[in-house]
Amino acid sequence: MTTASEPAADPAAVPHYPMERAAGCPFDPPPGLRERQRKGPLTRVRLWDGSTHWLVTRYADQRAVMSDPRVSADVRRPGFPNVAPLPPDGASGLSFVTMDDPEHRRLRRMVTAPFAIRRVRAMRPAIQEIVDGLIDDMLAGPKPTDLVEAFALPVPSLVICRLLGVPYDDHDFFQANSKTLIRRSIAPERRAEARRALLDYLDGLMADKLARPGDDLLSGLGERVKAGELTRTEAARMGVLLLVAGHETTANMIALGTLALLRHPDQLALLRESDDPALVESAVEELLRYLTITHVGRRRIALADLEIGGQVIRAGEGIVLPNDIANRDPDAFPEPDRLDLRRGDARRHVAFGFGVHQCLGQPLARIELQVVYGILYRRVPTLALAADLEDIPFKHDGAVYGVYELPVTW
Amino acid sequence: MKIIVDRDKCVGSGQCVMTAEGVFDQSEEDGIVELLDPEPPAEAAADVRLAASLCPAMAIRIEDAAQ
Repeated sequence: MTTASEPAADPAAVPHYPMERAAGCPFDPPPGLRERQRKGPLTRVRLWDGSTHWLVTRYADQRAVMSDPRVSADVRRPGFPNVAPLPPDGASGLSFVTMDDPEHRRLRRMVTAPFAIRRVRAMRPAIQEIVDGLIDDMLAGPKPTDLVEAFALPVPSLVICRLLGVPYDDHDFFQANSKTLIRRSIAPERRAEARRALLDYLDGLMADKLARPGDDLLSGLGERVKAGELTRTEAARMGVLLLVAGHETTANMIALGTLALLRHPDQLALLRESDDPALVESAVEELLRYLTITHVGRRRIALADLEIGGQVIRAGEGIVLPNDIANRDPDAFPEPDRLDLRRGDARRHVAFGFGVHQCLGQPLARIELQVVYGILYRRVPTLALAADLEDIPFKHDGAVYGVYELPVTW
Repeated sequence: MKIIVDRDKCVGSGQCVMTAEGVFDQSEEDGIVELLDPEPPAEAAADVRLAASLCPAMAIRIEDAAQ
């Protein structure tokens, strides 16, 4: 279906989204996005189902769209730019990420306090202990080893399990299902099964928490279920969201960040030779900006006519916002393609999104990454890649970018 | 400068607390912004402006003193 404001261009000229990265440049956004960014504020892209939507590539424009109350994140609206088929079971797994206010606000606010800055900072010693223990185990084990399996995935899994009150012993189960859930190349039916399995699992946990509450986030949700503020299904859905989002994203930042640093030895040396917390903080922000692992961007649909970069997006039109290219916008970040851990203002990046849907778990992600980047390379100063870059399997088909495996030695 | 926060708009991202800690805090109860100092000293002005620009929910408004 075309819309009134769609330029009458040759349909074949409308590029597909997501786009492919250039061979040999695994850290850079697809060259096609850079090209569109140069072209103008609004261009058209085509999705898997043939539908065409607006592509917004510039940093300032993306911030404007994402913070505009006249856009919706509800994937069920007709015309919404979904980057993969919606699972056949419809609404069963939907979380507040794909809802609009006031529902979004009602649900998000129920889990905002545990992610507040002071609460998350209080978790730092526990995170430090987890990270230290995993490094001890890795160093005592055989080499080469897969950093994803040995370190990058267990760190955030252990942390989010502790926060939520999920038994870590079940990690094989929930990690495998999370991985399936967010892999675009897997059939929607299989992804729906994975989600169903996670929902059933979380629902079982909620039953335990209702019977025997502990000092954890899921028990807190249980209290709200008892008080009638939340249904048990809503609580289980929220649990799935927090569990999946809580470990997949940070795990990818740890492994991909380490690979990026290994490929930029001068930058790695800064972290290895410094114990300045300010440097570590800015390194985290710069790696978030540079890598922007949420590489299928954010998507919205306009609820009213919006003016963006001097052009009009009409009500009902879909908007695709690739955050990776916005974080490489030369008007926002000088020399955007350079990884510069000492960049002063990397924190303005939109890797966590912007607007009311900006990542809830970002304070936790930041602290986890600060602990990891602050200690891993100092404790394992000879850390090196144990494979050729060409042989590293990248998550081109993932909702979150990263590496499936990272063979390392020391 | 005078700061006005909109607790209805706030999504508890914590950007303001990370940026201007003495001026902003988050409520223990719901993680939503609490304004500790509505009229902060001039030294804090740059941080407060940065906090306002980083706030994803546009929940921080700054009114400059009348010229």
